[in-house]
Order: sequence, then structure tokens, then C-alpha cells
Amino acid sequence: MKHSADVIIVGGGIIGCAAAYYLAKRGVSVLVLEGSSYIGNGGSSRNGGGVRQSGRDPRELPLAMYGIQKLWSTLSEELEVDCEYHQDGNLRLGKTPEHLEILSGLADRARACGLDVKMISGDEVRTINPYLSREVIGASWCPTDGHANPLTTTLGYYKQARKMGVCFLTEQKVTKLKKIKGKLRQVITSTDVFEADTVIVAAGLDSRPILATVNIDIPMQSVMLEGLVTEAQAPMFNQMLGTAEADFYGHQTKHGSFVFGGTLGLEGFTKDNGTPISNSLAASSTCRGIIKYFPALKHAKIVRTWAGWMDLCADKVPVISPVEEVPGLIVACGFSGHGFGIAPAVGYNLAQLVTEGRTDVDLHELQYNRFHAKS
Amino acid sequence: MNSINDRSINIGEYIPAPDDDMLICRCEEITKGEIRRAVHDGMFTLTEIRRYLRTGMGLCQGQTCSKLVKSIVARELQVSPDKLEPATSRAPMRPIEMCILANERKEEA
Repeated sequence: MKHSADVIIVGGGIIGCAAAYYLAKRGVSVLVLEGSSYIGNGGSSRNGGGVRQSGRDPRELPLAMYGIQKLWSTLSEELEVDCEYHQDGNLRLGKTPEHLEILSGLADRARACGLDVKMISGDEVRTINPYLSREVIGASWCPTDGHANPLTTTLGYYKQARKMGVCFLTEQKVTKLKKIKGKLRQVITSTDVFEADTVIVAAGLDSRPILATVNIDIPMQSVMLEGLVTEAQAPMFNQMLGTAEADFYGHQTKHGSFVFGGTLGLEGFTKDNGTPISNSLAASSTCRGIIKYFPALKHAKIVRTWAGWMDLCADKVPVISPVEEVPGLIVACGFSGHGFGIAPAVGYNLAQLVTEGRTDVDLHELQYNRFHAKS
Repeated sequence: MNSINDRSINIGEYIPAPDDDMLICRCEEITKGEIRRAVHDGMFTLTEIRRYLRTGMGLCQGQTCSKLVKSIVARELQVSPDKLEPATSRAPMRPIEMCILANERKEEA
């Protein structure tokens, strides 16, 4: 078993796997330490698969645009798996004047960053997607958004990185980071000690206790979200959907099933026993939300539900940044439930940061030291 | 440490077998050969196999094929099947129509 490498990545989710892949492509030796038994076991395998720019905070929008312009369209070929990437637009739906106000605010901010997104009427919405109910009175429309399969994409990055010689170890729970002569050098787990020149911490919520061992704190909270999937349906539409209220989001997959996520209203306050467990109220609540928009899906059968935690950052955008006080440490966590779509761009830019000390996308608004008291 | 936690262990080359075309997951039409190749792609756990190939993700949710998948993966990894954790079972037990799930409040029509 390998105990040292140029770079150690803590966390085998899509961020860690993508960074490992792009680093290996640049000839860097990489070791990935995953705490659980599975690669991609957190949000990477539990999200709704959105590859979207619209509705994003302007601070992370450049990453989303970069990934969509440069990486997503060729990703299936590159990873030799079917990432099921579709670029058929995102409709964010509204049913009330208040909804439309929220949506046009989001659209205005995104346009200011150079994104092609506009408000359209209820009838225009139904021209794009004839299955939507008359209750929908308008939407924001971003034609360059889309969706992909988070499972094959995450495992595709893993598969290719592994093929290029990246070493992946599971059930290696990191307990401590250790500096030697003022520079981060050791990554200590409950059973082993590993060494590297650079350490990327991309361990979702678990990043917080790990970073605490070098006195760095990222304000994050665990919030559980739930998803569900229907049996396969005849092909209906390829857009990614969301709503102003965020009562549900989803898309139809290549397989024919619809994957939907939804919010219950108790996010952040649900009970768990240490594993993300579906709440008995959630699937019913999400189904009610969906049927109001898509009456045609009323008789579709739900075959599976699941839950996952997001690492919600205090200001709802991730931290992607080297750490000044701990030379050799790079943090990439707090993706706040919308990390999947930007993961290829994040992985690519992390690899640049390690090998060139610079990135194509300006990440200065995602620094670790941006959190201050309000007065 | 469990040997399958090191994803770089040598499990040998993938050698095609005459029964590789046999359907194992009937709901999603996944063959034995696809499962064996997935192991060589690094999918060492039943959870990863399921996410990578969709075995056990169809209508029966793995109630038919999960034991078969387990024995194929174990043989490919040259470990005892009891080293492999089953993939998590998910609610509902049987497929349920959305309108029924949505109407769990009895008094509402």
C-alpha cells in the first residue's frame, strides 16, 4: 500500500475524484483517502444531476460557465463512461407574481455576469415543455443549462484516475493533519500515516473536524435533502426543471425514469441516527409539488427514495482556496448542495492551482478567510 | 485493513468467459460480463456496482439479482462473499403511484 505521493486528496467524492483525474493527467502522483467504504458516497451520488448556471450565486457562476463551455460536452468521451450529459436548457418555474419576482431577480444578476438567461411567459414555457400545467405563469429560461448522471460521472472520474495510477484507499478516516517545519506534510488516519507535499481537503462536512486540527474553521452546517426516482416512462422532455419556491427540481434520465428532489420545509431540523434516512413526510410532499406542475406524471410509480446531507456553507457558496497559515493545504468544501454541476471545473482548476499556482477561473471570492462578524 | 479497501490491489486481467452474455439483473438487463468488467474498472463494492451499472435499480430493486451480483463480484475480487456489504435497501418496498404517495392525508380527496 502506498503511503506517500505528491498530492494527497482527503475525500473520494466527485471533487476529489475529478481533482485526482486532472492532476494525474498532468503527471502528478496522487493518493486519495476516503473515509467511508465507498467512492462518491456523499452528495456526489445523491444529488439531482443539475448542470446549471442559472440560479447560481455570481461568486460561483464563473465556475459553472467555465465547466459548461470547456469540459462537460466532451466528458463522456474523456471518461469513457456515459455521463448522460444533456444540454437542453433549464426552466425555473413560477406560479405566482411573487415567484416571477424572485426569478427575474435571479435572471438579472446572472445576465450581469454574461449568462444568456431570460424571463418567458406561461405559454412560451408550454411551447418548450407541453407537459407543464396551466398553473405555471412564467419561468426563467437558460438554454445552455442541462443535466447529467452524477453516479456515472463521479465513478467515471474515479475509474479513469485509477487507470492512470491514482491510488484510492477507502475506510481511511483522517483524524489529523500535521505540519512539519511550518509546512503541511502528514495526513494521519486511525491506522496509518501518509505524507505529501500538497494536501487537498475535499471531505464535505467531515472537512470541518479535519481542518480543525490545523486551526482552520469553515462555517458549515449539515442539512438533509431527499430524492426520489420513478419507474421508466416514455421519453417526454430533456430540460432540467426547477421552481422559484424550490419545492421540487428534476429531469428525465436517459433510462426513462424521472429523478426529482424536493424540500420538505424542515431542512436542517430533521432527525437522523448518523446516516441520512428518508423522512416519512418527504416523498409525499415532493409528489404533491410535482403533480401540481406535471399532472401527466400522477400515475408514474416511485420505485426508490433516498436522502443525503449537504455541506451548507454560511454564505451558501463553497470554499475553494489555498490556506495562507498552512502552506501546502488547499480546501475545497462547503458546496452547499450545488457542487455536482461545477465539479469538473473545480477539479480542473484545483489541478492548475497545484501545478501552476494559478487558475483559469478567478476564485478569490471563494477564499477560506472571507467569513467575518456582521459588525 | 480489508484488502478491497486498497483499490490498487492486483486482481489480474479481465478474462472473457463463455457465459458473459448471461443476463443477471433482468429489470435493467445487465449481463455477467458487464458486472465482471465493472469490477476491473475499480467498482469493488456492491453499492458502486449498482451506481455504475444500475443493477438492482429497476422495478424489483434488486430483490431478484442481488445475491447473484454479490457472488460474481466476490469471485472476481477473489474474496469471500461475506466481505461484501449488501447495497442499501430503499423505501418504498413496492413501487407506489405518485398520486397515492401524495395523498397520505386521508381526509383529502
